[in-house]
Amino acid sequence: MAGNSNTPNYFNEMFSGDGVRPPYRGLESWSNDMPLELRSLKQSEAEALFRRIGITFAVYGEGGDPDRLIPFDMFPRVFSGEEWRKLDRGVKQRARALNAFLCDVYNRGEIVRAGKIPGHLVYSNEAYERAVAGFRPPGNVYSHIVGIDLVRTGPDEFFVLEDNCRTPSGVSYMLENREIMMRMFPQLFRENRIAPVENYPRLLRRTLGSVAPLKCEDEPRVVILTPGHYNSAYYEHSFLADMMGVELVEAADLFVEGDFVWMRTTEGPRRVDVIYRRIDDAFLDPLCFRPDSMLGIPGLMNVYRSGGVTIASAPGAGVADDKAIYTFVPEMIRFYLGEEPILNNVPTWQCAREDDCGYVLANLKDLVVKEVHGSGGYGMLVGPCSTKEQIAAFADKIRENPGNYIAQPTLALSTCPTFTKEGIAPRHVDLRPYCLVGDGMIELVPGGLTRVALTEGSLVVNSSQGGGVKDTWVMAE
Amino acid sequence: MLSRTASNLFWIGRYMERGETGARLLAVGARNAMIPNIGGGYRNEWESVLAAGGHAEAFSEKYGEPRQRNIESFLFFDQDNPSSVASCIEQARENGRIVRTALTGQVWDALNSGFQEMKGLRRTERSRLSISDLIDWTTRQCALVRGAIDDTQLRNDGYDFVHLGYALERADSTARLLDVKYYVLLPQVDFVGSGYDNYQWSTILRAMSAHRAFHWAYGGDITPAKIADFLILNRKSPRSLITSAEDVMFHLDRLARGYGRTTEAQARIRSVVGELAEARIDDIFDEGLHEFLSRMIGEVRVLATLIHEIYLSGEAR
Repeated sequence: MAGNSNTPNYFNEMFSGDGVRPPYRGLESWSNDMPLELRSLKQSEAEALFRRIGITFAVYGEGGDPDRLIPFDMFPRVFSGEEWRKLDRGVKQRARALNAFLCDVYNRGEIVRAGKIPGHLVYSNEAYERAVAGFRPPGNVYSHIVGIDLVRTGPDEFFVLEDNCRTPSGVSYMLENREIMMRMFPQLFRENRIAPVENYPRLLRRTLGSVAPLKCEDEPRVVILTPGHYNSAYYEHSFLADMMGVELVEAADLFVEGDFVWMRTTEGPRRVDVIYRRIDDAFLDPLCFRPDSMLGIPGLMNVYRSGGVTIASAPGAGVADDKAIYTFVPEMIRFYLGEEPILNNVPTWQCAREDDCGYVLANLKDLVVKEVHGSGGYGMLVGPCSTKEQIAAFADKIRENPGNYIAQPTLALSTCPTFTKEGIAPRHVDLRPYCLVGDGMIELVPGGLTRVALTEGSLVVNSSQGGGVKDTWVMAE
Repeated sequence: MLSRTASNLFWIGRYMERGETGARLLAVGARNAMIPNIGGGYRNEWESVLAAGGHAEAFSEKYGEPRQRNIESFLFFDQDNPSSVASCIEQARENGRIVRTALTGQVWDALNSGFQEMKGLRRTERSRLSISDLIDWTTRQCALVRGAIDDTQLRNDGYDFVHLGYALERADSTARLLDVKYYVLLPQVDFVGSGYDNYQWSTILRAMSAHRAFHWAYGGDITPAKIADFLILNRKSPRSLITSAEDVMFHLDRLARGYGRTTEAQARIRSVVGELAEARIDDIFDEGLHEFLSRMIGEVRVLATLIHEIYLSGEAR
């Protein structure tokens, strides 16, 4: 079969060394024996299911169909229990360190005093919120949902590409991909022992309930705050609200009166204790952040700082997932936890530094260059996949504003077998697990979002750039 | 329940009912277009269809002369026409998407598959779509959504808001349909009682799928008084004003009980239902059908405003 051909230099998660690697063994006959007709039948069945459920994804700045589907590949991506144990420890370690860092830089700033991180990177950072300096949120938790973007380059080599401490999206795909796979291929789930992910919404609600403000005396009322139904991730917001059994609110549904935040209901105002917000800091409170903004809840930050409501993730959490701070996460792990990092960073060059910038410009054809504040795969250069003209044009952009860019070596992303028009073929994948951090609790469901670059040879997995998604399995032991 | 959620639910009901009314109007027009044009004072039946929906101005601005094909496009597909069947189905689905969490899977499925199929219809070549297929498709789609709501939705306050939307919209469209027929179609008193007159009146019944029901309920000749009685005062008619008003009252009362609070809205609908229950058709004709219907349309507006202020705005304390 086509999947057997190992692309040289890339770690194929199913076929490495002799034959099929153990976690994928349950899929060998399933994928080999599936007739082509059945495959395309199942594929269109999956697509129809996604459409009917309404999981769609609008791509920013591209216009066109606002109800575009993210392509779903039916070939699961699998981890053995042993592999997952390492990821589990590594991700939790990182989430703990990031939260410790946030608590530190909004209070005593010991890591800066100890000279481990340059102060200007923290305090002059756009994401640093002066408005919450000196305030400690319940449980000292700033980032309650930490999404860690991981890539794999070998049997035992995992690298962290990026941390997401604000509002990582995509968890609804983790849940729905599983639902759809279970519906379409029940026998796979009977034959293999696959760890379930379905208690994620329950855990998320428990996590958010655990950080209710001190002034909350009853069962905490949790809400999800969405920018609205035109937002590309609206489906996810409403899906999570549904699964958690909480209200999905827009800013206009909330108002501040006295020491509390209230939501407008058909029976009059009801108090809100925890807000899981899926909007940026800048749009939370026009009185505090953006006086020109029509969005937001005026007075929210006052209530927050006086302990009347918890906001998750905490305003200001973004300073920890900045690409310039990323370089220092291993240092944070050593500083706060006294441990060695379990998951490695990708070596990163800061174009802001003159030496680094020179190196980057000289080696553009081998590097991946990203904007410091960019996301979604926009405004980046993948050297080995670009033409000379593209590289030259990008070099000019770097020279113009070096501080805006970082560069990393082009990683040999692992591949996973994927259904393509030409049959089963290896395609590059990454992984985003979602770590939940509450007061005295830290949880990671065994699974995550696997994104796959569907174009042959492509290393860019972002859905906005033609990437797809896969169900991610962790084999139970 | 979040006020905005209640508002979205209310508008799902209104848009679905409005879309259905649009399709019914189209059915009347299509049927009448097959009857030779014999009257004076109006050019053709399609104009009355436009007038009945309150679309005459918007249509002539965009298309000029009423031609059947343009009118069909305008009433069914046109995205610039907020009351076209397509617009209504899309807006009902959008309201549903916003409150996806307040709907059962089956209701969402019905709303969403209607929307997806509508996109398919849009892409289909017009010559391959017959008007009667489009009308059948719409009434089936509306029945599907309504059936899913009645069969699967939790009978909580959200259920009442959807039904308030349906019932208010239905009262409004019945009143408008009657009103327009009476005044646009019959500008001259001479027509009243003529064969043509009766034909015109019977198209109203067709518009409401009530042709057979009417004969079953009254028998004999179709007269304006019987039809007005059927569509205003008869509790057996599913689209009569009194049926719609009692629906509104039923759901407002459920809200008052559930929330433990009676408001001006409940008082207002009580007086409307009271009046309709006491009224005889002769009294209505004495007042003037047009005057009476205008008053009823006004009542619908007042009730919609009250419901908005008390429940949907979130301002009430």
